Amino acid sequence: MRSFAYVRAGTVEEAVAAAAADPEAAYLAGGTTQVDLMRDEVFRPARLVDITRLPLRGVERRDDGGGVLVVGALTTMEELAAHGDVTTRLPLVREALLRGASPQLRHMATVGGNLLQRTRCRYYRDPSTACNKRAPGTGCAALDGHHRMHAVLGTSPHCIATHPSDLAVALLALDAAVRVHGPDGERAVPLGEFYRTPGSTPHVENALTHGELITHLEIPLLPPEARSGYLKVRDRASYEFALASVAAALVVDEDGRIRSARLALGGVGTVPWRVPRAEELLRGARPDDDVLRAAAEAALSGAEGRPDNAFKIGLGRRAVVRMLGALARGEEPDGAARGEGR
Amino acid sequence: MVNGSAAAADGTPGPVVRVPVSLRVNGAERRIEVDTRTSLLDALRDALGLTGTKKGCDQGQCGACTVHLDGKRVLSCLTLAASADGRDVRTIEGLERDDGAPHPMQEAFARHDALQCGYCTPGQIMSAVALIEEGRAGSDDEVREFMSGNLCRCGAYPHIVDAIRDVATGGRRA
Ligand SMILES: Cc1cc2nc3c(=O)[nH]c(=O)nc-3n(C[C@H](O)[C@H](O)[C@H](O)COP(=O)(O)OP(=O)(O)OC[C@H]3O[C@@H](n4cnc5c(N)ncnc54)[C@H](O)[C@@H]3O)c2cc1C
Ligand code: FES
Ligand code: FES
Repeated sequence: MRSFAYVRAGTVEEAVAAAAADPEAAYLAGGTTQVDLMRDEVFRPARLVDITRLPLRGVERRDDGGGVLVVGALTTMEELAAHGDVTTRLPLVREALLRGASPQLRHMATVGGNLLQRTRCRYYRDPSTACNKRAPGTGCAALDGHHRMHAVLGTSPHCIATHPSDLAVALLALDAAVRVHGPDGERAVPLGEFYRTPGSTPHVENALTHGELITHLEIPLLPPEARSGYLKVRDRASYEFALASVAAALVVDEDGRIRSARLALGGVGTVPWRVPRAEELLRGARPDDDVLRAAAEAALSGAEGRPDNAFKIGLGRRAVVRMLGALARGEEPDGAARGEGR
Repeated sequence: MVNGSAAAADGTPGPVVRVPVSLRVNGAERRIEVDTRTSLLDALRDALGLTGTKKGCDQGQCGACTVHLDGKRVLSCLTLAASADGRDVRTIEGLERDDGAPHPMQEAFARHDALQCGYCTPGQIMSAVALIEEGRAGSDDEVREFMSGNLCRCGAYPHIVDAIRDVATGGRRA
């Protein structure tokens, strides 16, 4: 690991000033991505700005519109999952959090850091290989290499790395936003405009510029009558990243028609993947098999598989049908143990 | 603002930057000086001589390095010692009772033969103690789910579940 200077910031302004002053500075929150990738020499900052002591921890509820949770960026995954409003009004967020990583990691990992975690692509994580995301212009070893876990949506000839966050998928479905404090002041960025597909610049992952600090997440609450959930399909039952995941919320009217639908996919895209077209198909319809299959078809439309990951297209469609069908019937999609604390 | 002095800016490994760190470890105040790169795991093992906490993967994947930081179970391999400054750390060495008797979870692991090589065991036990405090040991399935961050290459899982459930149910499990 390259040696680095260490700065522990006491205020947001101090943190932003310290990072902005050094083009080779990086923030340290829970460290579960940052330290890991520094040890692998993927990140080589000259200065770490430790933000763990900033007063950005905790959840407040704002009562405009249907209610908004304002979540400090340093709130841990476990803390957000345990919050009362998340438990009662945002099951999809709770499930996305509790099905991510392990308890130890969730006690360390912050929700701000979660949105900024990096791909688990093995080539990105190995500096001896070609990777346009890590080292622009070197090529993409995954195209003809190991790519079973890689993306089928939003890919480019330059990069097919999957975005690994579960939380981001749930938040995208909810139209959440991040509040950012930077050298030039504050701004809010809707999550739908936050992530960048790779195109010809896979190293540009999101809308943040150097020194910008996420201070809060703003998460709109679902209406009390909504049903929501997060289905995560993976190679083992726990402690594993998604092969395909679905965050969904439905409001079903008394006559059985869908009044509103929210749908986003994880594990299949280079970025968390929202599907407005599928949401439109569902709105006003009765959730019968044909409608659910049409929504699933729309959700994966444009998907491009390679030899080892093409299975994700069918898997993603089936996951969409299973999640939506379960919500429409008021059931659990995956027979999850009661212990998971729904 | 705490400030460790500047490193070389040219991308070379650069001079070592050292920072003072004070920790409360198993109830005792400890002051050390560490390279900024030092993990809490290496600080515990190398600087403080507490080798009960194990290094399995050093990548946040196996749970062997689990300790309690301010009362929560965390991975010491992905925690920087510098960032833990001022915090309370509990390791496997801090579990035994004042009279030197083992913690009930340690006893249960021994009684249920919940280990083979023993390498993962300190991490398993630290995680298990936290699991009980979190109130998540209500069923075998719940234990399996919330212990999933602790891998055991020897596959001692069934007995680990038995040991934890034994403690959770107050010793009613044979
Ligand atoms: C073994 C393992 C399994 C995992 N499994 C899952 C999983 O199943 N699902 C899942 O979603 N995640 C998973 N993760 C990823 C984990 O959730 C993230 O690493 C974690 O959420 C990152 O948060 P952090 O606080 O540790 O961030 P850090 O590692 O401290 O930071 C991450 C990045 O964000 C930057 N940063 C952090 N906070 C801010 C901020 N407020 N403003 C601006 N920049 C900031 C840092 O500079 C760094 O680049 C796993 C991780 C590991 C190691
Ligand atoms: S050594 Fe820390 S998780 Fe493996
Ligand atoms: S007892 Fe050998 S790794 Fe668990």
